[in-house]
Amino acid sequence: MQDLGINVIFEGSNLLRLLIGLWVTMRIAIVAIAISVVFGIAFGIVMTVKNTFVQIVARLYLEAVRIIPILVWLFLFYFGLTKVLHIHLGAEVVSVIVFSLWGIAEMGDIVRGAITSLPAHQRASGRALGLTDLQIYRYIIIPQAVRRLIPAAINLATRMIKTTSLVVLIGVVEVLKVGQQIIEVSILKTPSASFWVYACIFALYFIICYPISLWSKKLELKWQNQ
Amino acid sequence: MDFDFIVKSIPLYVKAAEVTLELSFWGILLSLIIGFICSLVIYYKVKLLAQVVQIYIELSRNTPLLIQLFFLYYGFAKIGIKFEAYSCAIFGLAFLGGSYMAEAFRSGLEAVSKIQIETGLSVGLNRWQLMRYIILPQAFSVAIPAIGANAIFLLKETSVVSAIALADLMFVAKDLIGMYYKTTEALTMLVVAYLIILLPISLLLTFIERKVRHAGFGN
Repeated sequence: MQDLGINVIFEGSNLLRLLIGLWVTMRIAIVAIAISVVFGIAFGIVMTVKNTFVQIVARLYLEAVRIIPILVWLFLFYFGLTKVLHIHLGAEVVSVIVFSLWGIAEMGDIVRGAITSLPAHQRASGRALGLTDLQIYRYIIIPQAVRRLIPAAINLATRMIKTTSLVVLIGVVEVLKVGQQIIEVSILKTPSASFWVYACIFALYFIICYPISLWSKKLELKWQNQ
Repeated sequence: MDFDFIVKSIPLYVKAAEVTLELSFWGILLSLIIGFICSLVIYYKVKLLAQVVQIYIELSRNTPLLIQLFFLYYGFAKIGIKFEAYSCAIFGLAFLGGSYMAEAFRSGLEAVSKIQIETGLSVGLNRWQLMRYIILPQAFSVAIPAIGANAIFLLKETSVVSAIALADLMFVAKDLIGMYYKTTEALTMLVVAYLIILLPISLLLTFIERKVRHAGFGN
């Protein structure tokens, strides 16, 4: 029985259904990552502003997002916020909002780190040459900061992809839910279905995340030596 | 806000917080042990074992804890390997955390400069003494911030174990929402509980990090 168990993956449209389920989480991850990159860069630049009030607010936002587990944030938005504000938000919308808020905070911190880690003489030299603020950013800060932040940003993207697996817990029908449905249907025919289905989902996540982490590691090594 | 309800639910949360803390404690402890051993295997480039460890690290770092737990808990049960939810959760946390801790230790070990090692060898230390007196003290001070961050990460990840029916903080909040429809109260208590646990630990780690920063050579 056991060696035949793997067939459950290839029966009917099961594999296709799993892949469609996976696409649901990927879609959430991709949208959230896109939003995080755009607004995260802006947030990171804001964090470098030398204004105590701005820095305190930014710090509070970052620490609040960091210290509470993402699953709790999902619950807060899905069950809490909707009840308090008397609005209805779909689980997918809530997921995108929560993951974007998280991504913006983390991306902002990466950008801030990349900018402030540049030696102060870089900025001063630019100033001495008579460059304007905009030119200093365009020709000195950004080209150097980008190299420092891209590996970390890619890492953040894999973390976000992995963490989107949590959305099943607020009721998004994604790969894990589809997996459970397949297991329930085939439980009598193939008792070992759950092993193979979960192994398959495990492998799917690995196939997506592993190349991305390899890529980030490669970039990191390449830019470290320059 | 129904404050009577909140007061009545406090014992439930305290009990759940104990579960969360207990799981985290064992998970972090095992992660540290696994991570330390794995990092040494990679550092000394032990034949074959180093490759196995590398595969484990990649597998564990590139898959979500939720999927690892489901695979362990529901998947393995069907091929005859049954875990209780509790040990399954600890095992899952250790599986995930081990690789993160290994990376933290490894980056610490690699940060120890060659000159240090050569100096140690030239004054006649053997391999064990070199590890004990030269490499480890410096590696630790470099690795501490990452280890601390990983510990907090693992503590937060325990929120996922409610998915395999363990009565942690997350589970209790879900239960109260489901049974009494006291959403606001249950969620407020949940956030408060996590803050009570995580804030002091996070502050403590910042403090420790500042202390060990002076331990590096040349500072």
